[in-house]
Amino acid sequence: MKPPPFTYHDPRTIPEVLDLLAEKDNARLLSGGQSLMPMLNMRYVLPDDVIDLNRVDGLSGIEAANGSLGIAGMTRQRDIEFSDVVASRCPIMIEAILQVGHRQTRNRGTLGGSLAHLDPSAELPAVAMALDATIHVESKRGKRDIAMADFPAGYMTPSIELDEMVTGATFPLWEEGHGYAFIEFARRHGDFAIVSAGALMTTDGAGKVDRVSIVVSGVGPSPLRCTDAERMILGQTPELELFREAAETARAFDAMEDIHAPSSYRQHLAAVLSRRALEKAQTRLGGSNG
Amino acid sequence: MADRRRISVTINGDTYEREVETRLLLSDFIRHECELTGTHVGCEHGVCGACTILLDGMTARSCLMLAVQADGHELLTIEGIAPNEEELHPLQQAFMDNHGLQCGYCTPGMLTTLLEFLRDNPNPTEKEVRIAISGNLCRCTGYQGIVDAALDAAGRLRGEAGA
Ligand SMILES: Cc1cc2nc3c(=O)[nH]c(=O)nc-3n(C[C@@H](O)[C@H](O)[C@H](O)COP(=O)(O)OP(=O)(O)OC[C@H]3O[C@@H](n4cnc5c(N)ncnc54)[C@H](O)[C@@H]3O)c2cc1C
Ligand code: FES
Ligand code: FES
Repeated sequence: MKPPPFTYHDPRTIPEVLDLLAEKDNARLLSGGQSLMPMLNMRYVLPDDVIDLNRVDGLSGIEAANGSLGIAGMTRQRDIEFSDVVASRCPIMIEAILQVGHRQTRNRGTLGGSLAHLDPSAELPAVAMALDATIHVESKRGKRDIAMADFPAGYMTPSIELDEMVTGATFPLWEEGHGYAFIEFARRHGDFAIVSAGALMTTDGAGKVDRVSIVVSGVGPSPLRCTDAERMILGQTPELELFREAAETARAFDAMEDIHAPSSYRQHLAAVLSRRALEKAQTRLGGSNG
Repeated sequence: MADRRRISVTINGDTYEREVETRLLLSDFIRHECELTGTHVGCEHGVCGACTILLDGMTARSCLMLAVQADGHELLTIEGIAPNEEELHPLQQAFMDNHGLQCGYCTPGMLTTLLEFLRDNPNPTEKEVRIAISGNLCRCTGYQGIVDAALDAAGRLRGEAGA
């Protein structure tokens, strides 16, 4: 239970990080360490070089501008949790982040680390998927933006190259008064969820749903948008029977199976939790958020 | 050849300068290099919370940090909580009075976690206390005594009489 030998680097600037990433072919970036350190301690990963981002300047911060929320990669989950602008403009992220581990892990854990780690039941990638976020990555070769829908390449694997780092993400904000909810089922508070579900919704003057987004995580290898359910709800009057019917479509997902739960149970949770998320989102329509 | 660095870390007001291997965990630095064995190590992969310390006033699991990452920072460990050799901190006293510990293995992590929590939430509900310690495992007490102690300590720290 001790990390294997490696060479440690603690660069101060982004260009220094990018140089190291270009140079070293078996390196790992260390952000909050709340996933990488356990993997090192258990020797699941054996990097030759560890590049610590904790002393790099200009990699953290939260900013709302032009209808979106920009969060830099090294921003601690704790700073998101306590951010007034996130609470007022993007409350689904607060509801989700309160279920990411514990206060002690959120004090260290970061947005960028969580996105790059891409655990199938992680909350922040699910929120990014629900909001159609853009992930910003950078290497010595240049910068590029990746739509969250294209970010997961597979199980716990983001579609970034070995010399690239995640520098942050931009989350488009929903209009004021949107309904939102993020709920999950875990064995204990703060444990990784078995399944979680998020929903966002707005209605038009006639009370019909004019925009809806539903996501489930802990079902597929990465968070999944419930596009069938979204289609069924769009243009309709939001009501419980409609939500129930639409949420049932989540049962059709090809769900993963592991020591924590069989796939049939995850499919069941996906349907139940997405229905509950829709119901909760509806009750919040017209609130002062957004 | 081992990658080594000279680091300087302030723990409970004392400065410790050591040359360490860069892969050394902060928990092992505190226990083996600084001989402050009050910080316990239960799992070494971030799950049990026994190794919780305060880094610049904020809790962190010391088994999930490298000692080199603490270079230049200030730590508070269980040894630094009491005001002096004779007296206990109100939180420690409340643990003693409410059967908040049995074997004591989880206690350093519980106390450091609750120190930060009660500082930020001086008047918590029972549910909030339970969520606050959800990242700390106790195999002995069944948690009830710990929750009682935390609520009692909150009262003492607010300065309420008879608490
Ligand atoms: C007890 C406990 C409970 C937890 N519960 C949850 C939970 O409920 N939900 C949840 O989502 N998470 C949970 N986590 C994990 C969460 O705390 C981590 O913060 C998160 O998974 C990783 O973020 P990090 O900043 O700690 O990244 P690190 O651990 O530093 O890195 C994770 C991975 O991403 C890579 N990486 C880091 N930064 C970058 C970057 N900028 N660009 C490219 N790659 C990068 C690293 O090399 C590594 O492979 C838990 C952790 C613990 C210890
Ligand atoms: S020893 Fe650090 S969390 Fe268990
Ligand atoms: S008192 Fe024994 S583990 Fe908590």
